[in-house]
Amino acid sequence: MSELTELTMTEALAGLAKGSFSSRELTEAHIAVMEANRGLNAYVTETPEKALAMAAESDQRRKAGKAGLLEGIPLGIKDLFCTEGVLTTAGSHILDGFKPPYESTVTAKLWAAGAAMLGKLNMDEFAMGSSNTTSYHGNVKNPWTRRGDNRDLVPGGSSGGSASAVAARMAMAATGTDTGGSIRQPAAFCGIVGIKPTYGRCSRWGIVAFASSLDQAGPLARSVEDAALMLQAMAGHDPKDSTSVDLPVPDYRAGLRGGVKGLRIGIPKEYRMDGMAPEIEGLWSKGIGWLKAAGAEMVDISLPHTKYALPTYYIIAPAEASSNLARYDGVRFGLRVPGASLDEMYENTRAAGFGAEVKRRVLIGTYVLSAGYYDAYYLKAQRLRSLILKDFTDAFETVDAILTPATPTAAFAIGERMDDPIAMYLNDVFTVPVNLAGLPGISVPAGLTNEGLPLSLQLIGRAFDEATLFRAARTLEEAAAFTAKPAI
Amino acid sequence: MSLDRAAVRHIATLARIRVSDEEADALVGDLGKILAWVEQLGEVDTSGVQPMASVVARQLPRRADEVNDGANRDRLLGNAPEPAMGFFAVPKVVE
Repeated sequence: MSELTELTMTEALAGLAKGSFSSRELTEAHIAVMEANRGLNAYVTETPEKALAMAAESDQRRKAGKAGLLEGIPLGIKDLFCTEGVLTTAGSHILDGFKPPYESTVTAKLWAAGAAMLGKLNMDEFAMGSSNTTSYHGNVKNPWTRRGDNRDLVPGGSSGGSASAVAARMAMAATGTDTGGSIRQPAAFCGIVGIKPTYGRCSRWGIVAFASSLDQAGPLARSVEDAALMLQAMAGHDPKDSTSVDLPVPDYRAGLRGGVKGLRIGIPKEYRMDGMAPEIEGLWSKGIGWLKAAGAEMVDISLPHTKYALPTYYIIAPAEASSNLARYDGVRFGLRVPGASLDEMYENTRAAGFGAEVKRRVLIGTYVLSAGYYDAYYLKAQRLRSLILKDFTDAFETVDAILTPATPTAAFAIGERMDDPIAMYLNDVFTVPVNLAGLPGISVPAGLTNEGLPLSLQLIGRAFDEATLFRAARTLEEAAAFTAKPAI
Repeated sequence: MSLDRAAVRHIATLARIRVSDEEADALVGDLGKILAWVEQLGEVDTSGVQPMASVVARQLPRRADEVNDGANRDRLLGNAPEPAMGFFAVPKVVE
């Protein structure tokens, strides 16, 4: 049944509808690949019995003529989403043994649409990282390797397990979350599609919080159409998240093949960084050519505050994280390390429970919010954030979408760039501004490096205009005809 | 602004994270580097620019002040490292 794992979600839904195979068979095929590829360390928790039980129920529903949008599709879930009764660790030691007594809104919507859960996917601890090397559960490996070089590569992060699993056919698609690039960058490193929707599009209820004003859930999938379909099921207003927006979710697939004729696509000059790899520059030019050939008008634009996006982010995100992570204190759930006093118990628990990168960010966040430094750091960053949003608002007066590279490089080896936190932060140079402005961004695989590694382009859209992004992304997908697969 | 070991220790106390002397020394370097890097924001004149806390710029929605959840004490205590008699138990805080 291995050919079943080669199908896109859209193809699998057609096969299920025709009765060519059952959800049980589709799910069994994915469980087999999940077990065969354990070496990638993509899953923290496998739930094959649950998957098979959900698949059997799905087959019953389909027989009864009650098929949902994702009826019978086996999915992987990032370990940041609370899943009722199933271990949820956020990649951290401090959530040892935590089995949520409730289900996140997004996963509940996926199950209501008929999907089955294969398991929980590894990730950078509390979604802090760009290489999936900060997880308490160990590094995730990218299923891709450089040609003629068998060193293990990072899958990107923080949704590294999600990207690795979908690329390696261990799930038809997966959920991710994106605070500064955590869906788009790992999708790019693993040669798959990932979209961060507009802030407010998906409910954050039941997702372990990192930086609440930036976090947003989205899908990682193997085609633009699959990503559109899955976002359709995930999105929508939720009264339990006061920042989720009460707007109708359009039918993303309806206009998917509409093309880009007449669309105005912006090319921001500030994204042409000094020392940019020629391969990235070449890919970007190709993307411009493809969209032009399909009838789009390319417009040179300026986003003047781009270079300040990363430092702005590395004040705002840690500040919010230091506040959100205050709840991990050894009292109500997870790890507890005893101490002689309550304060000692807190300090011991948090010292043992958090990894190095999480500690760094909590401490930076504590510092920039502390008396005497709040105005100079936090308030300053919030003012910069206004300017970064204004750059985009001005640009969208004249363009319908913006085309950029997704990442400054292809996937790197595990161990490279680990000694300098700032060098690691630079991975997200093209993705972070989008989170600060709350806009939707999608990364689409578009080519290979000389060493045979995938590279992606990013499209950025107007707030709540995911439909145009999917349409343009589909045009890129068609033109790029990216069919390469990892060799595992 | 450069950090010294005492400043790192102070922040760590505020954040309730115990750090060893070696960790504190490493953090002096790491945090100092990150702070020096973010200080480039000082180049930008932001006078008159409003600080932005969220992209969802509108009034928070309200709902009726009615109980819509609760009565699930045992489920909530199910994850507690040390539940006792229907409570979360912690080391003694008052004499």
